[in-house]
Amino acid sequence: MSTVAAAPATSRVSIRRARVMGIVFMLLGLASAWWFGFGTEGGLSSSFGLNGRSAATELPALVLPSRESALLLAAVCAFLGAIQLTRGFGQRTYLVLGVVVGCFILAFLIWAARDDSLNMVGMLQSTLLRSVPITLGALAGLLCERSGVINIAIEGMMLTAAFTGAIVGSAAGSTWIGLLLGIGSGALLGALLAVLSIRYRVDQIVGGTVINILALGLTSYLSAQILSRYQNLNSPGRFPVIEIPLLSEIPIVGPLLFANNIFVYLMFALVIFINVALFRSRWGLRVRAVGEHPKAADTVGIKVLRVRYRNVMLGGAMAGLAGSYFTLGSVGRFDENMTGGRGFIALAAMIFGRWNPIGAFGAALVFGFADSLQNKLAILQVPIASEFLLMAPYIATILVVAGVVGRARPPAADGQLYIKE
Amino acid sequence: MKTEAPPAEEKKAEEPPRKGRSLVVEGILIPLLALFSALVVGALVMIFTNPEVARAWTSFGRNPGAALSMSWELVGTAYGALFRGAFGNPTAISETLVASTPLILAGLSVALAFRAGLFNIGAEGQIIGGLLAASYVGFTFDLPLALHLPLALTAGFIGGAAWGAIPGFLKAKTGAHEVITTIMLNFIALNLLTFFLKTPIFQRPGRSDPLSKEVAESARLPSFGDYRVNWGIVLALVMAVLVWYLLFRTTIGFRFRAVGANPHAAAYAGMSVAGAYVLVMAFAGGLSGLAGAANLLGVTYSMSPGFLNYGFDAIALALLGRTHPLGVVLAALLFGALRAGSLVMQGTAAVGVDIIVVIQALIIMFVAAPALVREIYRIRARGAVETDTFTKSWAS
Repeated sequence: MSTVAAAPATSRVSIRRARVMGIVFMLLGLASAWWFGFGTEGGLSSSFGLNGRSAATELPALVLPSRESALLLAAVCAFLGAIQLTRGFGQRTYLVLGVVVGCFILAFLIWAARDDSLNMVGMLQSTLLRSVPITLGALAGLLCERSGVINIAIEGMMLTAAFTGAIVGSAAGSTWIGLLLGIGSGALLGALLAVLSIRYRVDQIVGGTVINILALGLTSYLSAQILSRYQNLNSPGRFPVIEIPLLSEIPIVGPLLFANNIFVYLMFALVIFINVALFRSRWGLRVRAVGEHPKAADTVGIKVLRVRYRNVMLGGAMAGLAGSYFTLGSVGRFDENMTGGRGFIALAAMIFGRWNPIGAFGAALVFGFADSLQNKLAILQVPIASEFLLMAPYIATILVVAGVVGRARPPAADGQLYIKE
Repeated sequence: MKTEAPPAEEKKAEEPPRKGRSLVVEGILIPLLALFSALVVGALVMIFTNPEVARAWTSFGRNPGAALSMSWELVGTAYGALFRGAFGNPTAISETLVASTPLILAGLSVALAFRAGLFNIGAEGQIIGGLLAASYVGFTFDLPLALHLPLALTAGFIGGAAWGAIPGFLKAKTGAHEVITTIMLNFIALNLLTFFLKTPIFQRPGRSDPLSKEVAESARLPSFGDYRVNWGIVLALVMAVLVWYLLFRTTIGFRFRAVGANPHAAAYAGMSVAGAYVLVMAFAGGLSGLAGAANLLGVTYSMSPGFLNYGFDAIALALLGRTHPLGVVLAALLFGALRAGSLVMQGTAAVGVDIIVVIQALIIMFVAAPALVREIYRIRARGAVETDTFTKSWAS
């Protein structure tokens, strides 16, 4: 996709965009100098903890002089902005944008933690955990949409799987059976979406909306009718944290990446696996062909409808895995509407990541980071209303989608009915 | 897809189509059968999730009468209460109309955007925009009713329109997809509402919880007699007529529909696609804002944090009403009746209110899949089967 964007690199629009970007870099530098640099009294220091929950080796905390570090980061932003304005970074502009935003956020954290301490590894850990359902949900959407079926029912599938995982896990006394049936319930809803949109030719957005409403209604009704009366059916337990020997003892990286529950490992494996399968295997080529140009795919003998059925069910199963995370991986019980719109955030992450597994994971990390940042800052008692911190990820998404991603290009036949002639 | 054999189809197509009958089948019979099927499936859900009745079914072999009569009694009481709560007496009808008012307006909002090819998931946020503006005007000024009420309603419309115009503008200027931006704006609006409810401008004096000041008497929608139903329902119906007029009798409406049908062709014909996006989203947002305002000025008089939960329903209504204002009004009256009736049903039959959400989803499913209803009830299709498409794709 980047090759498409790079072709008209010298057009007037991209020159204007490059200038705007340079000014944005400068402004971010100025803002962090003004607020985070000069906004801090001199002589204070910010301390960042580097030990996770299960640190084998205790690391000393990283202590930085607040004012000086923030000013240094501001200078980096302004310097990069100056280069962007004079010479331009060309194709690497977005990478540099990432660096600048990173510097800005770091300066903000230094300011927030002035004369205080912030556990850096803990924050990254919660970032990763919060991004798990969003990543898996985005993968679910991606599997469907790459084959040309829009799936806005990720939310409903996740909610149903969360419920099924909780009730089956409790009844069977096994989180594994809960997870399996949770995934199964997602796949079942995927099958419903496929039958509605392929066999009965219901508009795909309508079909997805039906499933979302159905899932919300059924889970709320059943939880009021059954779970409130039989509390023991709502305690499925959670998957334990698995520490990978040796690797989990590496400082910082160990507790972050190698001491997690099964969902986190599965997420990494699936992101990589789907990326390879989609772009390097025959299966992936066929799926993409069906999503881009079903008629051409049909002409060369690919069974278009079969591919779509299979992919939508696979997507449903993936959303089921994402939903099971809520009850079996995170909270340990089911609450009404507990997914709270994360299915839609996953949809946004998928588009934000341009229908690409790695991109979707990156986008999910951004959401996860903002989510956990807000949580940590509330603890630090930063003098900003918590509502504005809660808003930050959503504003950031709008800015990124509007400013950077621009016209995201979905699979060409996404959402279109295919009728074999 | 294996449908009827092509030769027979062709022969039928040559005959002059009997429009009258197909209209009865398409417009009345299929929706009624859809409603009936949804109620049947809803009844099955009720039966098999009720522990006592479900237990009776496990001993069906020994005592089939008990299982059947228990099921019949459960479903009969539940649906009886649902019907009484919706239409049983003047109070019930009043409640149905009260519940329908914001549904009509929010449904029109989503339907209007659909006509221009935009998927407005942002009704919820636009409602909050309308709420904030209308309540501010409502409790700040002290004016005569004839001035204050229209002013508060206009403020609600503008508040929603401003919030709705943002995604339209972003789509027009940068191509940012409205599904993402409207979802994000919903959450931003939710947090803004919570924030404002804690500021002295909005928070009721002497309260520590986030509850807003009450709007003045002069800004409230007058109710009819002793019932809760108020002029809001009239406002909603008038807006439905206006939306119909806008869509089908004005140049702007034609432009909206042209852009919705094919933005490239519309641009080629010299229409401003970007302008249409901004304008239609502003109108749609305004309608949602009015939904919030009508609920505030007619029923609640003050705001508390949280979504009003009309956004999902609004999408469903726009789809159920096939994006036509009349269809949206009928669908909203049906959903309003279900909402009003469900409260009585929960009280008398101990069946949770959420069952109506299940029934609503099933209604949409059966209405959206006429082929499914035809298959269940063995109704032969006449002529070419039309399929509705509301949104072509993510990309414009």
